Amino acid sequence: MKKLLSLKNIIVSFAIFILIWQVLYMTSDFGDALFPSPLKAWQALVEMVENGYIFINIGTSMYRFAAGYISSVITAVLLGLVLGWFKGIFKYINPVVQLLRPISPMAWMPFIVLWFGIGDVPAIVIIFIAAFFPVLLSTVSAVGNIDPIYLKVAKNFGIKKPEIFWKIVFPAAFPQIANSIHLALGTAWVFLVAGEMVGSQSGLGYLIIDARNNLRADTLLAAIIVIGLIGLILDSLLKLIEGYVMRLWGGADK
Amino acid sequence: MYIEITNAGKTFKDGGEELRVLDNINLSIDKGEFICLLGPSGCGKSTLLNAMAGFDMITEGSIKIDGKEVKEPSVKNVTIFQNYGLLPWRTVQKNVELGLEPKKLSKEERAKTAEKYIELVGLSGFKNAHPRRLSGGMQQRVAIARALAVDPDIIFMDEPFGALDAITRMKLQDDILAISKKENKTVIFVTHDIEEAIFLADRIVVMAAHPGRIKSIVDVHLPRYQRERTSDDFLLIRDKVFEIFNMKHIPDIEFVI
Ligand SMILES: Nc1ncnc2c1ncn2[C@@H]1O[C@H](COP(=O)(O)OP(=O)(O)OP(=O)(O)O)[C@@H](O)[C@H]1O
Ligand SMILES: [Mg+2]
Repeated sequence: MKKLLSLKNIIVSFAIFILIWQVLYMTSDFGDALFPSPLKAWQALVEMVENGYIFINIGTSMYRFAAGYISSVITAVLLGLVLGWFKGIFKYINPVVQLLRPISPMAWMPFIVLWFGIGDVPAIVIIFIAAFFPVLLSTVSAVGNIDPIYLKVAKNFGIKKPEIFWKIVFPAAFPQIANSIHLALGTAWVFLVAGEMVGSQSGLGYLIIDARNNLRADTLLAAIIVIGLIGLILDSLLKLIEGYVMRLWGGADK
Repeated sequence: MYIEITNAGKTFKDGGEELRVLDNINLSIDKGEFICLLGPSGCGKSTLLNAMAGFDMITEGSIKIDGKEVKEPSVKNVTIFQNYGLLPWRTVQKNVELGLEPKKLSKEERAKTAEKYIELVGLSGFKNAHPRRLSGGMQQRVAIARALAVDPDIIFMDEPFGALDAITRMKLQDDILAISKKENKTVIFVTHDIEEAIFLADRIVVMAAHPGRIKSIVDVHLPRYQRERTSDDFLLIRDKVFEIFNMKHIPDIEFVI
């Protein structure tokens, strides 16, 4: 596996980032309350780590993220495999999917809060919607792109429904599906924060709102950085899993 | 007769245009025969093979195998493709087991049967490798093992060695000939390589294009084994086949040499 992020690149990249931040801080005249220095943000982070506040919120957010993202991906892939296979049915579903797809998940927020109240559910539903359409559509198209020779071979050797789905269709479509699952991870993470900012009283998104309400710009920046870091870690984890499955299935060495 | 093709024809309809690809094909094949379909590109060899294998039906006439009209693919007639058709996400072993999975076999029996055929094609050392790690010739051996594992009556092959280099190709020709006789299989083998056809076939079905039709059928009266690619008899038949391709407006006759 090629390491996209080598340690040296990471350190240099972050050092430059913090340096620019520090220079901007020193040259701007916003003041600490509006634009905290890297040190202030670091201290705010240390404070949240020490009182454990950050971990509680990370835990809450991760639970919501896992519930929303995993259920969404599983539903979208299963549905996508079936709809990709039965193209006749998909023709009647596709127009509505195309209508729903460009709607930002956040647009549903008022309904979601009215129906489910404030708490875990709004964030989970938002994440579900955010990941669902890209994975569904990409799975449908992946099934359509399967090399017909695999299906011929399956037919010849008497592999019937439903076995053909997990013996042939899913593994053959897997590389393209994995790609969309990966992209959807980033999208879902973005919407987790948005969902929590509006629909909850806890989690990383709420941390932002809370910091704003308390006029704690340093906490706010610390929270933002944590959100970015976790997004990065999730992405790397998924890359590892993807690479493992690909190697297990004799695909390209990534 | 084991395979009986009577007045078979096929017309593709592409929008408003009709393309006549097979015309009035008549052919009878005995059990255990090795038949080569030989002809230039576009003469309908693959179309005829696909129709016999049940993938894509003819539009006129009939194709019967063992007295039954061919309507769909069957495990009793396995097709081997030019690009092997191996499942890249399965190991060699699991690829060969594919056709055994729908059968009522225990896991151990399945593994043992697969191993036996992997050994037959000389790939025992690679049973846990994925296809992409193997050369083209080795991949085609896997496909052959996978086909043999389900113990089919007929093996259809569509230019199976077309993508291989000359030496690998000759080695595989030797092997497929030996295996088909040992396992007593009927083989229908598509090729556009004249020497390959003469080396392998009991009978060569020579086809012509526009529309695809049988031009002539050549009986290859050479010893079953140890056919010498440079022997006089071999060259004599080769000349005969060249002649068939060069001559215009020849009547449909059955050459016996
Ligand atoms: N699905 C299809 N629709 C329309 N025309 C087709 C279709 N499949 C094949 N043909 C046409 O039928 C003719 C015969 O094709 P076929 O593939 O059987 O030839 P072939 O003898 O196998 O040639 P090659 O040696 O190149 O494989 C060709 O002219 C081809 O264009
Ligand atoms: Mg062909």
